[in-house]
Amino acid sequence: MSLSYQTPEFIVERNRERCIDCQVCVRQCANKVHSFDEEEQKVVSDDSKCVDCQRCVCMCPTRALTIRRNPLEFRENANWTPQAIKDIYKQAETGGILLTGMGNDRPYPIYWDHILLNASQGTNPSIDPLREPMELKTLLGRKPEALKIENGRLAEKLPPQLELEIPIMFSAMSFGSISLNACESMARAAAELGIMCNTGEGGLHRKLRRYGKNTIVQVASGRFGVDADYLQTGAAVEIKIGQGAKPGIGGHLPGEKVGGEVSQTRMIPMGADAISPAPHHDIYSIEDLRQLIYSLKEATNYEKPVSVKIAAVHNAAAICSGIARAGADIIAIDGYRGGTGAAPTRIRDNVGIPVELALAAVDSRLRDEGIRSQVSLVCGGSIRNSADIIKAIALGADAVYIASSALIAMGCHMCQKCYTGKCNWGIATQDPDLTKRLNPDIAAKRLVNLLSAWSHEMKEMLGGMGINAIESLRGNRLMLRGIGLNGRELDVLGIKAAGE
Amino acid sequence: MLLREGQVRIPSGCAISGIINKKRKAFSGGIIMDSIALMHDRSNGLGGGFAAYGIYPEYKDLYAIHMFYDNEEAKDRTEQFLKGHFNVEIGGRLPTRKVASIKDAPIIWRYFVSPKRYKITESELQEDEYMFRCVMRINSGIDGAFVVSSGKNMGAFKAVGYPEDVGEFYMLDTYKAYIWTAHGRFPTNTPGWWGGAHPFTLLDWSVVHNGEISSYDTNKRYLEMFGYKCTLQTDTEAITYIFDLLLRKCGLPLEIAVKAVAAPFWSEIDRMGEEEKELLKAIRTVYASLLVNGPFSIILGSNKGIVALNDRIKLRSLVAAEKDDFVYVASEESAIRAVCEEPDRIWAPRGGEPVIALLEEVDKI
Repeated sequence: MSLSYQTPEFIVERNRERCIDCQVCVRQCANKVHSFDEEEQKVVSDDSKCVDCQRCVCMCPTRALTIRRNPLEFRENANWTPQAIKDIYKQAETGGILLTGMGNDRPYPIYWDHILLNASQGTNPSIDPLREPMELKTLLGRKPEALKIENGRLAEKLPPQLELEIPIMFSAMSFGSISLNACESMARAAAELGIMCNTGEGGLHRKLRRYGKNTIVQVASGRFGVDADYLQTGAAVEIKIGQGAKPGIGGHLPGEKVGGEVSQTRMIPMGADAISPAPHHDIYSIEDLRQLIYSLKEATNYEKPVSVKIAAVHNAAAICSGIARAGADIIAIDGYRGGTGAAPTRIRDNVGIPVELALAAVDSRLRDEGIRSQVSLVCGGSIRNSADIIKAIALGADAVYIASSALIAMGCHMCQKCYTGKCNWGIATQDPDLTKRLNPDIAAKRLVNLLSAWSHEMKEMLGGMGINAIESLRGNRLMLRGIGLNGRELDVLGIKAAGE
Repeated sequence: MLLREGQVRIPSGCAISGIINKKRKAFSGGIIMDSIALMHDRSNGLGGGFAAYGIYPEYKDLYAIHMFYDNEEAKDRTEQFLKGHFNVEIGGRLPTRKVASIKDAPIIWRYFVSPKRYKITESELQEDEYMFRCVMRINSGIDGAFVVSSGKNMGAFKAVGYPEDVGEFYMLDTYKAYIWTAHGRFPTNTPGWWGGAHPFTLLDWSVVHNGEISSYDTNKRYLEMFGYKCTLQTDTEAITYIFDLLLRKCGLPLEIAVKAVAAPFWSEIDRMGEEEKELLKAIRTVYASLLVNGPFSIILGSNKGIVALNDRIKLRSLVAAEKDDFVYVASEESAIRAVCEEPDRIWAPRGGEPVIALLEEVDKI
């Protein structure tokens, strides 16, 4: 093995005047950046191991630590950026696929930030959410074209609907990719908020079954943890076809993360790699998907909506039309900025399209075909704040999925090293010493806080537009204007330019 | 060039008034003109109009089509279309009077027609659906032609101007009807276009409306899935189509339709009994996109009666009154008292609570 050409990405600065060598940082860092030098009787740091998760910075009692980007002054080259060069060193050294965690971090346009909202001025009143009711309740599921009423009574029951108090759900994150404490925190928050939390493809831990009413159980290509009881426990079933962070490829939970609990929950042997194939091996076409949708409906007695989740790809509009016609009650579209526990860097950064464009295209297409009411649309893949949600709904979404935002609320610092299993925040890890750092009492509270804050903000924005029920915003693209977008982009989004 | 209605969305505020004699005793248009004239300041001279029911008793089985044409070519094309699809009993200029303040009138024509039977058979449609599609075809397909109204034994009369002048122009004092509705318009950014004035009509429906709905695009995009073409881009047009969809196409009772358009709050639904709760929840679930949000007061006219309705938090004024066989609704109480000094009962309906006044021997709209 030749000398490694890799250089530290970050510099750990320790203010010696402040450091009291208490070794908190040593104990906090699973990457073993910090260590206590017995001879010198002081704490020292190895920059090369640092992932910039900021755990030690937050925990240091004397605020002695700062992490900085290592400036690494390569000779200036607009084409061969430091990242491009370092990636080659890494692959030349290992012969492996580059791995990463969380969502696409490349500087592609963020369409949310090119969309502006409307407000009432003079010709109609804005509504004050502090004085007037403001409704965010959302129902997801297939809607018939017309109600059947006989003698003033409902003559036919509606297809099953998921009832959300606010149009936000925790997106799929499996037990395995994240810790049980993280799963439990979200399940508890979902129950308290009256929303849903998605199991991902990791099965449903027995400890979380009690939150079934607030759980969407996922059926993915690996079928981990799927049995009749699992399907019955959830409020809805979701078929995962793809994920925004890695469209077209499967998943891989390495055997070392498959301990007793994960093994039981996923129903696989301890220590065995959990490999989700890229496609479902029983779905090679849309008609196969229809069979799975109806198998799941049969299995759940047509009492639960069935959702199909796809990654936002070029042909999303036509695909979603097919999915709607295949019988899905909900379609979830996951944009290319959506997070992941592990993905090949090149896939994450180069495959798929922005969810804003996909969502707009899908909503328009389903309306053109007159089948928009047959399905609910859920949009995910980097919803960062309440304004993103309002914009998503105005573009045509019924609700949104959030995952990265939820992890950040629980402590994630977006170091993108989820795949290492050494998450110092106790989220993306199965190491008991690390997972116990995440207290579900506190994390659930933080999640509730976040979504309560967002709800307040959404109500303010709705009221400003003179709207007092979220459904009157759905697909209401006149409330949106584009800024800094070209004509083509405006057309795809179906919105006018600011000033028009 | 300023874009006209249909090319651009124009919000507007307004005044509305409606009078019905439940015993079908026809009365002069002069009365409704007096009522709407009192609310002069609620409009700005950029649009006024009336709908009248029971005005053509001699042709009551024929569809009365009121047309605006920008030019002779549009008229020729439309007449060709009409001849292809209808038996035209009689057609001619709609009588008007010169009024100083009413300018730039289009060519205003009126036809009494019946659909060609074989055409209906060929199209395999119900007669009203056939009629509906023909109206849509003219409005969206023939440049410079606009169907002002297309119902039986009813008609709409509208123009750019103050409503009292518009009534004068159309000589409404010479017409007698048992239902009159009226509208004075205050558009906020338009030169005013004749077609864009209210009432907006479709088949027997007519809607006069005050307000600017904030759910417009949601409503419109939902309606489009059912073949409605919102060519005017006005709230009133959308509201008319909403009622047409709910009442005619979905065949829902009026009470249900009203609950979709001005839905009770979830907090209210939660307090209801199980059966009612399930019904209301179903209405809000299925017709979520037809909830009309933002301020409005509307009067929906039909050949069976009228319905007046406010948005669910009553962001627009609406007053109702009764006197003998008459029911009055208007934006302001004064507009009612102007034509009925001592009503038996006068009240302000609550938000979302419809005032339904049906003609005798009619049990539902």
